[in-house]
Amino acid sequence: MSAPTLQPAGGPGMDAVRSAAPALGWRDRRRRTTSFVMLALTGVAAVLTVIPLLLILFHLLRAGLSSISANFFTHVPVPVGEAGGGIGNSLLGTVMLVVLAGTMGLPIAIGAGMYLAEAQGSRVANTVRFVTDVMNGIPSIVIGIFVWAWVVVTMGHFSAFAGGVALAIMLIPMVTRTTEEMVRLVPRELKEGGLALGFTRWRTALGIVLPAARSGILTGVLIALARIAGETAPLLFTAFGNPFWEWRLGQPVDALPVRIFYYAISPYEEWHRLAWAGSLLLIALVLAVSLAARFLIRSPYRGR
Amino acid sequence: MQTLSFRSRGNLSDRTYAGALAAFGLFIPVLFAFILVRVGAAAWPAVRHFGGGFVTSTDWDPVNGHFGALPFIFGTLASSLLALAIAVPLAVGLAIFLTELAPRWLAAPIGFGTELLAAIPSVVYGLWGIFVLVPWLRDHVQQPLADGVGTRIGLFSGPAYGVSIMAGGVILAIMIVPFISAVSREVLAAVPVAQREAALALGATRWEMTWQVVLPYALPGIIGATILGLGRALGETMAITMVIGNRPDIPTSLFAPGYTMASVLANEFSEASADLHLAALMEIGLLLFGITILVNSFARFLVWRVARRAGR
Repeated sequence: MSAPTLQPAGGPGMDAVRSAAPALGWRDRRRRTTSFVMLALTGVAAVLTVIPLLLILFHLLRAGLSSISANFFTHVPVPVGEAGGGIGNSLLGTVMLVVLAGTMGLPIAIGAGMYLAEAQGSRVANTVRFVTDVMNGIPSIVIGIFVWAWVVVTMGHFSAFAGGVALAIMLIPMVTRTTEEMVRLVPRELKEGGLALGFTRWRTALGIVLPAARSGILTGVLIALARIAGETAPLLFTAFGNPFWEWRLGQPVDALPVRIFYYAISPYEEWHRLAWAGSLLLIALVLAVSLAARFLIRSPYRGR
Repeated sequence: MQTLSFRSRGNLSDRTYAGALAAFGLFIPVLFAFILVRVGAAAWPAVRHFGGGFVTSTDWDPVNGHFGALPFIFGTLASSLLALAIAVPLAVGLAIFLTELAPRWLAAPIGFGTELLAAIPSVVYGLWGIFVLVPWLRDHVQQPLADGVGTRIGLFSGPAYGVSIMAGGVILAIMIVPFISAVSREVLAAVPVAQREAALALGATRWEMTWQVVLPYALPGIIGATILGLGRALGETMAITMVIGNRPDIPTSLFAPGYTMASVLANEFSEASADLHLAALMEIGLLLFGITILVNSFARFLVWRVARRAGR
């Protein structure tokens, strides 16, 4: 090398090797330049992907922050032309829907996840895993029309219950797969220890393995709940939306994302303002859950 | 290790437990089949009434009972493919940057940022799309392009509406980059270190190592990641409904409004009163369902094959 920038590491022998190496030709210099340029471009790609995130956060804060007040959380929407009004009923609806979906979906999802982890390698389990992954990719709007055709048509009207079913169907594949992964991370020595002490298999699974995987599963559950809390499409024809307070599970309820959607496509300035504020709230929720999942709760067996 | 035996003897409580778990596990395929059957049954009147003409006709006029789904199929494919064209280079570049180049202190926050992008609800992307992205594209991309090359190239011609196939493609691209890059990162990380070291030892530059050794090794997985992203883009509803313009035409310019299968469901489903209209929408849902099943199965297969080859 004509101009070594590094100090030779290994004494006189290395010096001999280095001086024997031919000087860099134009071809090698071009190769180095190409390498530098292309790797720099991957850095540019990284910057370009982060820019939209920063822009979205910036616009949400600028347009939404000023509209968040006590009224925003406690009031229902007001008719066009009146100032004020809030999204209290939408928040209530979202909480109801998420709780409903969790109640219906989580036991099934955690059970199915345990099944996949315990029956590892069986052909049936492989099929179930594959279907679960494919189900994770079903467009949420398709789940919406399915629940409409099944629950809404059967009941005869839109309801919080139907919305909960739709969100539960979205929740199940997500939580099933994270439960499986977290249970599989539990060291087999723990399992064997339980069996060696004479525990039955089900007590080992429920008393030792599941608690050991608890924090990881909890993380997955939190992230999945945050995700379904932001879903709009499956609720359009199930929970439907409702501009008033509604506590009954058999009646249509509002949901924050649905309210944001209707406000965003409306022609009214005042409603746009509320849509921005609602979105800011939704993002704050997602951000809080992501941060909590990242920093507070960690599976002790992660990275083994 | 299999703690549970699903066929052998064992005591009663263990067998009950195994049976209960299997029931939970089998619930998922049963539910999946039920969704397919239920949506299929609701779409059946339209399938019988329109036959193959449904997917080739361009005439969508619910008032007069004309239902042709081609504009929606076209809009879905056009916006998704445009999204892939934008997202794949960015996502793969990002994945290479994070696995091969970035030091830990830089990779961690960028990785977290992309995770966050994946977690932003669709409707928030839509809101941002309507009020920020669409006006910006109209004034700073579409108008200059239409005035310049647009006079010669049809794809960039015509009035700059803002809401357009292009706006749809861009918003979808932003949304799928995190998915494609996350899977690509995993696949790249699964390339054995020995392969990299061998390339460097032979005198390759870092880029040559990446381009000639790492990427070819990871290629099937990256294709899988891309197709997974395509599956997301095809089924995406809210954000694209808010920016694509919702006009059931087959536009020849990227700057003209279009319509997607998911969008027409979101917009017309709750207002459809005629039975045939409802069945036609159901058939669009069924088609969308079928396409995403195919796309996702293929993608999973590819990713699974790479993971298996990497011995994980």
